[in-house]
Amino acid sequence: MNPVSYLYLSALLFTIGGVGVLLRRNAIVVFMCVELMLNACNLAFVTFSRMHGNLDGQVFAFFTMVVAAAEVVVGLAIIVSVYRARHSASVDDASLLKL
Amino acid sequence: MSFPLLTVTAAVPAAGALATAAVPAARRAAAKWTALVFSLATLVLAGVQLARFDPDAAGPFQLTESHAWISDFGVRYELGVDGIGVVLVALTALLVPFVVLAGWHDADPLEPATPSRRWRPTQGFFALILMVEAMVVISFEATDVFVFYVFFEAMLIPMYFLIGGFGDRAGERTEDEAAAQRSYAAVKFLLYNLAGGLVMLAAVVGLYAVTADQLGHGTFSLTEIVQARGSGRLHFATVTERALFLGFFFAFAVKAPLWPVHTWLPNAMGEATAPVAVLITAVVDKVGTFAMLRFCLQLFPGASTWATPVIVVLALISILYGALLAVGQRDIKRLIAYASISHFGFIILGIFAMTTQGQGGATLYMVNHGISTAALMLVAGFLISRRGSRLIADYGGVQKVAPVLAGTFLVAGLATLSLPGLAPFVSEFLVLVGTFSRYPVAGAVATVGIVLAALYVLVLYQRTMTGPVEESVRAMPDLRVRELAVVAPLIALLLFLGVYPKPVTRILDPAVEHTMSQVHRTDPQPDVRVSNAEGAK
Amino acid sequence: MENLIGLLVLVPLAGAGALLCGGRRLDRGGPWLGTLAAAVSFALGVVLFADMLGKGGEERTLDVTVFQWVPVGSFRADVGFHLDQLSMTFVLLITGVGSLIHLYSIGYMAHDERRRRFFGYLNLFLAAMLLLVLADNYLLLYVGWEGVGLASYLLIGFWQHKPSAATAAKKAFLVNRVGDMGMSIAIMLMFTTFGTFAFGPVLTAADRAGEGRLTAIALLLLLAACGKSAQVPLQSWLGDAMEGPTPVSALIHAATMVTAGVYLVTRSGAVFEGAPDAQTAVVTVGAVTLLFGAIVGCAKDDIKKALAGSTMSQIGYMILAAGLGPVGYVFAIMHLVTHGFFKAGLFLGAGSVMHGMNDEVDMRRYGGLRKYMPVTFVTFGLGYLAIIGFPGLSGFFSKDKIIEAAFAKGGTEGWILGGAALLGAAITAYYMTRVMIMTFFGEERWRPAPSPDEPSAEPAAGDRAGGMPHPHESPRTMTIPMIVLALGSVFAGGLFSVNDAFLKWLEPVTGHEEGNSPLGALTVTAATMAVLVLGVALAWAQYGRRPVPATAPPGSALTRAARRDLLQDDFNHVVLVRGGEHLTRSLVYLDHKLVDGVVNGTAASVGGLSGRMRRLQNGYVRSYAVSMFGGAAVLIAATLLMRAV
Repeated sequence: MNPVSYLYLSALLFTIGGVGVLLRRNAIVVFMCVELMLNACNLAFVTFSRMHGNLDGQVFAFFTMVVAAAEVVVGLAIIVSVYRARHSASVDDASLLKL
Repeated sequence: MSFPLLTVTAAVPAAGALATAAVPAARRAAAKWTALVFSLATLVLAGVQLARFDPDAAGPFQLTESHAWISDFGVRYELGVDGIGVVLVALTALLVPFVVLAGWHDADPLEPATPSRRWRPTQGFFALILMVEAMVVISFEATDVFVFYVFFEAMLIPMYFLIGGFGDRAGERTEDEAAAQRSYAAVKFLLYNLAGGLVMLAAVVGLYAVTADQLGHGTFSLTEIVQARGSGRLHFATVTERALFLGFFFAFAVKAPLWPVHTWLPNAMGEATAPVAVLITAVVDKVGTFAMLRFCLQLFPGASTWATPVIVVLALISILYGALLAVGQRDIKRLIAYASISHFGFIILGIFAMTTQGQGGATLYMVNHGISTAALMLVAGFLISRRGSRLIADYGGVQKVAPVLAGTFLVAGLATLSLPGLAPFVSEFLVLVGTFSRYPVAGAVATVGIVLAALYVLVLYQRTMTGPVEESVRAMPDLRVRELAVVAPLIALLLFLGVYPKPVTRILDPAVEHTMSQVHRTDPQPDVRVSNAEGAK
Repeated sequence: MENLIGLLVLVPLAGAGALLCGGRRLDRGGPWLGTLAAAVSFALGVVLFADMLGKGGEERTLDVTVFQWVPVGSFRADVGFHLDQLSMTFVLLITGVGSLIHLYSIGYMAHDERRRRFFGYLNLFLAAMLLLVLADNYLLLYVGWEGVGLASYLLIGFWQHKPSAATAAKKAFLVNRVGDMGMSIAIMLMFTTFGTFAFGPVLTAADRAGEGRLTAIALLLLLAACGKSAQVPLQSWLGDAMEGPTPVSALIHAATMVTAGVYLVTRSGAVFEGAPDAQTAVVTVGAVTLLFGAIVGCAKDDIKKALAGSTMSQIGYMILAAGLGPVGYVFAIMHLVTHGFFKAGLFLGAGSVMHGMNDEVDMRRYGGLRKYMPVTFVTFGLGYLAIIGFPGLSGFFSKDKIIEAAFAKGGTEGWILGGAALLGAAITAYYMTRVMIMTFFGEERWRPAPSPDEPSAEPAAGDRAGGMPHPHESPRTMTIPMIVLALGSVFAGGLFSVNDAFLKWLEPVTGHEEGNSPLGALTVTAATMAVLVLGVALAWAQYGRRPVPATAPPGSALTRAARRDLLQDDFNHVVLVRGGEHLTRSLVYLDHKLVDGVVNGTAASVGGLSGRMRRLQNGYVRSYAVSMFGGAAVLIAATLLMRAV
């Protein structure tokens, strides 16, 4: 199978994730969409690794996973504490960070 | 190595500032006396400078000091005075004790029983004044452009706090309104002067770049640059020279101030207390006109000549515009501020007339204007502190209840309108003659300024001092001993220098001639030669 | 002798210093101290005069340089004195009349609590005036010139509690400053032309300077003279200056200071002679003013203002004579001296009348005073006869010569000037007779003094306010000066004319030419007599035969205009005062809106822009995300584009 198809899939997943981040209000869903975008990137890395015949892309995929795991830890903690404070998981409600 | 007199003259008031600031909160009187003693010590040192200065010695600068400072950038700590510098240092050192004495009660807390231990306005007030003095003194002494620039700018910080932090009693306004206007004035002062300073900074960097390019090593030293120019090792391209000149001149024109960048002065002088206003106009602003002579003319003679016509016109506008606006003011202190703008116009006119008389008159004018404006402003301050209002309309018939106050006000006013016999006349006439011999029309137009000066001074005197006694001034006390001790010496000095200005002109003249020779200008010659025999009759 | 000249100036100056700074200790003895200072300088003047008489004609000039005043480059101004016959004449007049008026003021100002200061100012005036006439260069002369202006300012506004006095003082100073502007530009022009402004070199080298340059200098000097001597167009301050105490009007605004312009023109003779156009301007100014002043004098009911109009007119004669050149200099100065006597005498007489009449100044409220004030009547009467040019008295000799010299100018110009001078003589006779009749003859038209709450002119009136006046003769200190001055007005002219003594005295300095008048000297004298009789008769017909109404009738348009100084003040008010107010007010507005506005506008637009930008920072995470995506997209697009190109 032509590896380029994986790249198309990766782009599709990334776009779905991006649109989700931009359009959804629920923090959990936004969070999931971010994960989707990260995994789309992983897919692209792995595909490129295969296409170019070296391991750099796979190494990067592992890095991305580690970062994603760390992000989940911090991000979920923030979402939970925001939910405790405001009884809402909507990102639009947390808009105090402005002048 | 000889005794570093110039550094010490600047260091003493700086040390005084620290000492004053360190006085405990409860002992306000001690702070005042500390400030007075240190300012008098500075005066003594300035006197020593004058005594050790030899007007006829060769070479541009005397009492020089030179140390490496930031050697990577060719910055040297170089001090030295010429005749103009030494006289202006003396003027500064002379005026500050009067400023301290006149402002004796200006920074007393309104409620004496303020419990806070950390609230020390009095200490701060006098410490800031001494700080300004130290910086002004070193600006007059610096012969390294970078050193000058640093202190020229640093001066803004204490001035900002003096203007914004201390003001007259609120009078008709509420305390909040007064504080808002003060802070407006202080910010305006700061922004104008910072803007000027930034433009100058660019020019300073440019100067460094040019010297680094042509001499192989960058330098800020005035003497070195002037020498290099003279020997042909350093040559500015015409455009570069003009751009650098404008950068320097803009900063000094804001400081001086010259029309149209003058509007910060009336606000600052109006809102500040009278002694601080004196500090602004008689001391700090002089750095601007002084620097025009020392840096603009000596570093960029070609560009100075090129810019002269425009500057002469701007100076003329300043003279007439300042005087006309002074006529239209309703606030005593703002009136004096506009009068100062007019006088600064005369000084700048004299500098750029490029004649011996014009520049000699302008330098003498700096001294005389310092003394006469200080006298007028301080008496006005005493008047305002008694009634609590700056509006001319709130006064009337003061001479009936306080004749000595009115008398000193009149003499100071007459000095401001350049009455012959008082010091400013000599300098104003020299400026006019100097200008006239080069630009007759400009000289004649500037002469209109003397009529307008009479108008604003006499209108001010008439409205405040004469006529039926206003109800609100009926119980006004006459000048107290402390106040008389401030005004009387200034007036005596005005009379003395009006009759016998030679002690000052003798020191100034060689420096002026040196500047003239730097700019390669000579005086116009009279049309009709009068032989000596005829002169002696 | 050299040292005495400096002392001459220094003594009154020291007197002024002591009196003004001396504090209350000097309150009692102050007036006498001031008078003593004046008398000492008069004595010094007499000593110098005697010394001068003892020398030959050419050696009479004394030059002293005291010290270098302002030495800057080629600019050298010295404090130096130049005493010759011309300045000697002035010194004697100033110190002599000055001493008499000091003496008079002791009586006149006896009730004023601030009299110490009054005498201080008078001393200051003497010092400045002496400096003016003794200076040996124009810059030092200028110091004296402004100095007398200052003294005049202080004395006109002496009763500062009256707003009218303060305004009049300010006006006098300002109008004078306009003239001074001319003086200072003239000095600058001299410096650029000759490289100096000392009398000697400038006047000897004047003929080499070219007519255009000389005309400019001369016209500027004329402007200065107009300001100081109250000549058209700068005459408006003199009438208002009568707000000052009467001795001041006598000394400064009649006898001495206002004649400084004549001194200036005479002293600068060489400059004017090289500039015929400027001379024409001078005689025109003189002729116009002598008529202007005379007409104003006819209409005023205030005795001091009538006399002020007369002063203006008489100085017009002097300026006219001085403008004629060597033909007229001597007569200008001679008229100046005789005028100093009789006009000071007339003013002192007026002061004496006011002193006896509760400080009433309106002549329509006088009448029949000759019975009550015999000394005043006689001295005033002699002054009156002198000023109208009654044969044998001082004014006759000096004025007659000026009219003759005016005719001698020749051509149409001569006829016009001579005619104007003759007409002026007729009007002089008319208005002086009017003053005389209204004051001393006719029935008594007195009225009670103004009530105390009205601001009264002179503070002494306070004690007696409210009742009908009780006219009485003034104290000895006041009558003695009046008698001395009356003697001067009678005999001075005659003494000067014996053997042409005055002419011979001044000729070495000013030079003299005999004019040849198209009319003979006798014809001129006869014509003068004729117009004199005409003027007196007219006045008698109008005021002597009929009772004088106690309130002024409305009068013709000319009378009304003359009462308002021929509308010159109205002109000034509309054009200068109003115009100036508008100008300054609009400038204040512009400074705030335009100059400040540009800067504030820049600040405001930066602030406004930041305000807009701030909106982007709305706190919504998703909008930040959009901008991040957008930014990334733009970056990628840009990278690709660059690659493609």
